[in-house]
Amino acid sequence: MDLLEIILTTGFWAATIRIVSPLIFATLGELICERAGVLNLGIEGIMTMGAMAGWMWVYQGGDLWTGVLFAALVGGTFGLLHSIFTVYLGLSQHVTGIGVTMFASSLSYFIYRMLLPDATTPPKIIPFKTYAIPGLSDLPIIGEALFTQTPLTYLALLCVPVVWYMMYRTPVGLAVRMAGENPVAVEAQGIDVLAIRTGAVVVGSALMAVGGAFITMSAFDAFFFGMINGRGWIAVALVVFASWRPGKALLGAILFAGLEAFQVRAQQVAGASIIPYQFYLMLPYILSIVAMIIMARRARYPKALLVPYRRGERV
Amino acid sequence: MQIEPRANVSILRAGLAPIAAIFAALVLCSVLIAWAGAPVIESYFLLFKGALGSRFAITETITRSIPLMFTGLAAAIAFRAKFYNIGAEGQLYCGALAATYFGTGLIVLPTLLMIPFLITVGALAGGLILIVPVLLKTYMKVDEVVTTLLLNFVILLMVSYLIEGPWKDPMAMGWPQAASIIDEGVLPLLMSKGRLHFGLIVALVAAVSVWVLMKFTVWGYEIKAVGHNATAAEFAGINVNKTVIRTAMISGGLAGLAGVSEVAGLKGYLTLDISPGFGYTGIAVAMLAQLHPLAVIPASLFLSAVYVGADAMSRAVAIPTYIADVLVGVSVLCVLVSVMLTRYRIRWR
Repeated sequence: MDLLEIILTTGFWAATIRIVSPLIFATLGELICERAGVLNLGIEGIMTMGAMAGWMWVYQGGDLWTGVLFAALVGGTFGLLHSIFTVYLGLSQHVTGIGVTMFASSLSYFIYRMLLPDATTPPKIIPFKTYAIPGLSDLPIIGEALFTQTPLTYLALLCVPVVWYMMYRTPVGLAVRMAGENPVAVEAQGIDVLAIRTGAVVVGSALMAVGGAFITMSAFDAFFFGMINGRGWIAVALVVFASWRPGKALLGAILFAGLEAFQVRAQQVAGASIIPYQFYLMLPYILSIVAMIIMARRARYPKALLVPYRRGERV
Repeated sequence: MQIEPRANVSILRAGLAPIAAIFAALVLCSVLIAWAGAPVIESYFLLFKGALGSRFAITETITRSIPLMFTGLAAAIAFRAKFYNIGAEGQLYCGALAATYFGTGLIVLPTLLMIPFLITVGALAGGLILIVPVLLKTYMKVDEVVTTLLLNFVILLMVSYLIEGPWKDPMAMGWPQAASIIDEGVLPLLMSKGRLHFGLIVALVAAVSVWVLMKFTVWGYEIKAVGHNATAAEFAGINVNKTVIRTAMISGGLAGLAGVSEVAGLKGYLTLDISPGFGYTGIAVAMLAQLHPLAVIPASLFLSAVYVGADAMSRAVAIPTYIADVLVGVSVLCVLVSVMLTRYRIRWR
């Protein structure tokens, strides 16, 4: 098989859409936080927590959808923790985020080991099954790629227009965006900046956790250590790449997922296997850095990103 | 709720902040221990005993603290300049790579020259890898946290490639590890028993040097000025970019030393597991030390004791060893709050 032929296969596109789903949840979640002026580096840990919580819920006999809801709830709780530190106490967003990641991921592993002390091979659940949308799934190539996925993937794709609409077409979205640009003006409107930011971080973190849950409940069927593997950090890079816009975030995420799906297949092509597999695995991380370099010149950070807001304080 | 700065920060309060934070973290984690069904006080006593209960335990705790001192110093100096270097893990491996490249027979020098040589190349490697993130930060405003984090993954994969491929030791019975450091390059043991090695001396010298640098030199002053208020520093004629770049180099170099110390001191050869996250724990060390170079020494000893003790504790009572990582994460968050409370007061109204 030729390298170019890969792109024409349905399998490639189906894999791309599968890989992109958790990235969409995570990137949108981070985007909402940052748009409100809060950098959330707890993302990696929150995703780990979501992956563990959702999976554990189902493993303990819960239903898949309530599992997703539970993961979102747990993620939101960690978002609340993050916002108490960064929004209400005005502490360093960088250090708090790293602290939340350290806390949340180690706590996930602790809880997992606590509940399953002697699991040597990771136990499995029955994950989300693919659901072919009648009619649409019969279309050539894109039918199978786009419309024969698990419901959680449809939810991810649906989240893009929903987040876009919320951010750009509703008063709440306007307040969120203003909180990240000019919090004093928000306050002048009689809106509580701290509440808006907290809400954004909680919702964003819930989305991140669902992204994590996707990995254990739809992409795989087990939870193991180091599972998130930097996907959270890649999402943070994607937000910069997308210049804080939901539509572009989808595009960027698809680009990344496409490359990921491509490298897995390229490894199997004769000739390409001369390159050691580690270099293929490096690609997403290197590309994230490259993407940030490319977009950095044009990047227009939300003006109040990283700046804590204190009521009545002059800027 | 209103947060107001305190007029004066008493030294007592500032000194007690990390201790209060540790205490709070221990109390919070006791919930998890209780959930595990173990007696809390006894478990902590087991942890204490496992870390400091015997001569062997004490040397083990000190040995484990060596890489944490280096990565703690790396984070402390960088955070002082508000350069959030989260890549100490990767820089550690870069130092280890350099030590392996030069120390496995490529260059043979007498011990007295070989060890300083390895230390130098390790530090250089750790510093140089930070060039990309720091230039991106200073000239293109790319957040250094994300770039340094992403580089960690790239470097680890590089190490994995090298020790499975070209650098793989054919004598290692198929294990993925590099060849051993030649005898001239191995850091000598400090005691006839145990694993405590010369890396400790290097770490202590590094801590004192960083302290002198921060307290008595112009560079140190510039680092603090940039960290405190970059705009004001620029206005005062300090070249902010140059200072940040210099700080990053020093920070990366310190983290690189951790890799040299683990490869040439503790293990003797490079594997993919020389660091169980020392780079990340270094951030916790730096935070507990309130970014003070000398306080990094007790802070790293404390966290090392937590790790060594948690191993012993989890063997005795059925508590997953991850409790140590949870404790580290919780103490980072607690110290943030407790340090803030030394500088600000919260007024409820």
